[in-house]
Amino acid sequence: MNEASPHYAETWKKPPFIKSSLLRYLIYLGTVTYFFLAIYTMDVNWTRVAEGIPRGMDMISKFFPPDLSDSRGVILDGILESIWMAIISTIGGVLLSIPIGLGAARNLAPTWIYLFCRGIIAVSRTFPEVILAIFAVKFFGFGPFAGFIALAIGTIGFWAKLLAEDIENMSKSQAEAVRATGATWLQWINYAIQPQVLPRMIGLSLYRLDINFRESAVVGIVGAGGIGAHLLTSVQRYEYATTATILFAIIAIVITLEYSSGYLRKWVQ
Amino acid sequence: MLRLENLSKRYKTGDLALNNVTLEIPDGQLVALIGPSGAGKSTLIRCVNRLVDATTGTIHLGDREITGLSNKELRRARRRMGMIFQEYALVERLTLMENVLSGRLGYVNFWQSLFRKYPKENVREAYRLLDRVDLMHMVDKRADELSGGQRQRVGICRALIQDPELLLVDEPTASLDPKTSRQIMRLIRELCEERKLAAIINIHDVALAQMFSERVVGLKLGEIVYDGAPEGLTPEVLTEIYGEEDWEKTIEKVDDEDDMPNDGEMA
Amino acid sequence: MPTIETKEGPLWRKRTTLKQWLIWGGWLIGLCIAVYAWQLISEKTIWMFVWDAPRQMSDIGERMVPPDWSYMPKLWRPVWDTLNIATIGTAIAMCLAVPIAFLAAHNTTPHKSVRAVMLFIIVATRSVNSLIWALLLVVIVGPGVLAGTIAIGIRSIGGCAKLIYESIEEIDPKQVEAIKATGGSRAQQMVYGILPQVLPTIAGVGVFRWDINVRGSTILGIVGAGGIGIQLSASINVLAWTQVTTILIVILGTVFVSEYISAKVRGAII
Repeated sequence: MNEASPHYAETWKKPPFIKSSLLRYLIYLGTVTYFFLAIYTMDVNWTRVAEGIPRGMDMISKFFPPDLSDSRGVILDGILESIWMAIISTIGGVLLSIPIGLGAARNLAPTWIYLFCRGIIAVSRTFPEVILAIFAVKFFGFGPFAGFIALAIGTIGFWAKLLAEDIENMSKSQAEAVRATGATWLQWINYAIQPQVLPRMIGLSLYRLDINFRESAVVGIVGAGGIGAHLLTSVQRYEYATTATILFAIIAIVITLEYSSGYLRKWVQ
Repeated sequence: MLRLENLSKRYKTGDLALNNVTLEIPDGQLVALIGPSGAGKSTLIRCVNRLVDATTGTIHLGDREITGLSNKELRRARRRMGMIFQEYALVERLTLMENVLSGRLGYVNFWQSLFRKYPKENVREAYRLLDRVDLMHMVDKRADELSGGQRQRVGICRALIQDPELLLVDEPTASLDPKTSRQIMRLIRELCEERKLAAIINIHDVALAQMFSERVVGLKLGEIVYDGAPEGLTPEVLTEIYGEEDWEKTIEKVDDEDDMPNDGEMA
Repeated sequence: MPTIETKEGPLWRKRTTLKQWLIWGGWLIGLCIAVYAWQLISEKTIWMFVWDAPRQMSDIGERMVPPDWSYMPKLWRPVWDTLNIATIGTAIAMCLAVPIAFLAAHNTTPHKSVRAVMLFIIVATRSVNSLIWALLLVVIVGPGVLAGTIAIGIRSIGGCAKLIYESIEEIDPKQVEAIKATGGSRAQQMVYGILPQVLPTIAGVGVFRWDINVRGSTILGIVGAGGIGIQLSASINVLAWTQVTTILIVILGTVFVSEYISAKVRGAII
């Protein structure tokens, strides 16, 4: 087409992700410095690590094959306790979350309720379940009840937050249409809000059940019931065969729960 | 020259997509491949560069047999065939330049491509092609920032930088509006003429096929039912290919309705 | 939505009768499970302690205020350790999770058996809480930050690799096909066709996981694996409640800051 061939450049460089070169080099420098300092300040006792290697090997050898005989029946007992704790804390947590989630939705609640409910959510989200469990044990004594309380509070932080966000993001036109019919507040929730958010919230409850089971396996370490206590003692007494059995049991249950909850979620939606 | 002999393809599902197709395309010829959905058009051009493996039959490009090549030889064979896709198939998150240069992947080694160290003449050629299709000002833009017509022009550049002997073009206009469709088809034809390239173009739009091609091949249920000049597409022939319909109007003027862009969303 | 013919005319129902029964049955089963679970838990509960809880709460609550700010200077080092555990742990996990994810995704895996092994690694590492990994690692490498870092790393491999391999499986295959058609090798198809599509996900997953790990690494000290958890459990053990309050406030602040940073970085990436 055009005979006079113009000169084209012979090199090309991909434009960098961060446009400003100063900022780019500062970020590189900062990253390198940080990792250097982080690793430099990490106290590692290498002789202790070297001593631990054979012990680690011993532990791993106990895992293959795992000893699945539960001679005293305590493992099964602990696992079941964890499962029931996970179930009841999910149910309890969800029931508590409904009012808090409604209160934390900006388009439903007056400001002071909104701030109060958001505060509850923020606190229960920030602290890991294990810290909540430490306090629950102090207040309610050792045993699964403390675990139940800790996990239920953890559930609130997760479930109520997502419920509130869901409500804030839902379709306005549907909500207004129902309100326009002259419905009361409760009717309005029932007809306009509930159908829009229900299927997803059931799915999230099942997902939370997964999480709660995983957590219920560790809160026992601080005395809040479930399999965690046995796990801790088995490690402390160097009974690695028992440790291996418990780990395999946890993994197996998590896989089962994940598959069945995935299946249930599909069925619900 | 491309030669297909007794080519058949049966998918695992049992569908016979191509049935004993024999076709010869001389150098520099622009062939439009028409036919209803599911006639095997797409399968046919994918068999040529072996994105789909034919069940039986042979394909020759020049004197080289494409069927039965080893992986390494196949890579070499593929770079002689440029392909242009329906939905453009650009790598959305890469820049235009990277998308065009990716046409050279069959030539450069892995490390060159990883660090974007392409030979000088490749980069120069990429700039030249992008200038040719009027996208010089967008070299460093990402592909997902472009309009449909612009994307397809990048797709054409990517195919041409391979320095191919043959272009395989799969529904190039199916996602474009009527005006852009014509511009793209005209561009493809001009470029084929400039470079004496042979091309197979799958196309739904019979009128566009007639406007821009030298030869039309009609495919129905995996078999060739028409092979000849665009002028030979009489209503009888079209009925044979597509089934009963009032074809008179289609032949006279382009049926634009199928190509309308999809912007029926509510405000 | 069916209607039932009655003498008074059609009667509207939201669902068919069978479906309604199934739903009621489902709720009933759920209720039974809840009641049974509750009974089991309450059997193992000493209710005297529970009824005593309000008194305990007000008692400990009183002893927790005011926070002991003089304890603050001793907490900077544990906070630094906690952040390092999370950051280095996440970095190690990401380095391993990306290749594992590519080997696990069905469209990039070299072989079915490799995929099966990788899926097992993913599920095994993410099923087990980082606190349990820390418990085991303290036995192997000794108490301290190293055990915590490795624990966070192991737990995060599965967590990150799962999200990454799912996004690899959801890529647009046409872009890869186009690269294949130019004659690109398998490795080139990955670098040009797949990697650009999943890179934002990989970056997002890393930042997301880092945020979770900051929270997770605050408790590892309970089993001796470094970080601020050591101070927390020590203060609780000696009933130094005003120090506990200070530690909780510091944890709260750290988690808020990390959440803010991760939201900002994710916003910048995507």
